[in-house]
Amino acid sequence: MRRFLLPVLIFLSVALPAAAADAVRERLDAYRAAGAGEFSAARGEAMWTRQQGARAPDRAESCATCHTPNLTQPGEHFRTGKPIAPLAPSVNAERLTDTAKMEKWFLRNCKGTWGRECTPQEKGDFLTYMKAQ
Amino acid sequence: MKGKYILIGGFAVGLAVASALSFSDGDRDWSMSATDVRPVTNPMYAAECGSCHFAYQPGLLPARSWEKMMAGLDDHFGENAELGPDVLATLTDYLVANAAETDPGWVAKRIEASAPDGAASLRISEQPYIVHKHDEIPRYMVRDNAEVGSLSNCMACHTRADKGVYDEDTVRIPGYPYWED
Repeated sequence: MRRFLLPVLIFLSVALPAAAADAVRERLDAYRAAGAGEFSAARGEAMWTRQQGARAPDRAESCATCHTPNLTQPGEHFRTGKPIAPLAPSVNAERLTDTAKMEKWFLRNCKGTWGRECTPQEKGDFLTYMKAQ
Repeated sequence: MKGKYILIGGFAVGLAVASALSFSDGDRDWSMSATDVRPVTNPMYAAECGSCHFAYQPGLLPARSWEKMMAGLDDHFGENAELGPDVLATLTDYLVANAAETDPGWVAKRIEASAPDGAASLRISEQPYIVHKHDEIPRYMVRDNAEVGSLSNCMACHTRADKGVYDEDTVRIPGYPYWED
């Protein structure tokens, strides 16, 4: 068992930091295949604080309402107060490593915050912005 | 000597009867389950539901309420909490199988007994037993207390809520250390 330890540790030390980049690349390729064009971190950043108020006038939330405008900071669910760990991969290596989790939260949070699903272009812009944080 | 034992025995019976009577009005029966509701045992439930809010134990609502809630996750108290079909089915099964009807805990039993027949209220904080248990706590300790905000924030005061323990000895209301029921 012990002789497997070193190779496993080496694999983990190489594989884990690469995981976020790989997962994001896989998603961006999928969005392009679905018709998206070039992705822009600047557009992602602008959308981060955009309030659509899509469902009701009293709901003027943006991503930043819960996640804060600074992705390296912890956030807080605006209703329940539950802490949200930072989204920036630079301070939270677990982020952007699991494509199923990323899509789950895009679905929930785009619908919940903007009242509709995000387009492949928007998701790609968001990811391009997030992965650089 | 014999008379003394009879006296003690009689006293013990009297005490037992008196305590049974005094505990009969909605108070906990200490011979029952060690927890008030069964703690959460499903890691998927803890992860999926507990990422946005306290992972409320299944025993805090009747099965019909959980079924209704899980059928409407696209508008979950104003939030979108949609799950994929597999996860949705697994978690619905877990909640229904462990709902108040099946939970031996004291609080779960009271919630089930107090829930009106036919109705399927989705809010734990509106279950008649929960309302009753909190009705003497002033608004300034809960809604207007910045560290609490709502009865839905169990862990703010019930320090062992995550273990399924809700008894009064474990209550600490933030800002009101000397509160007593």
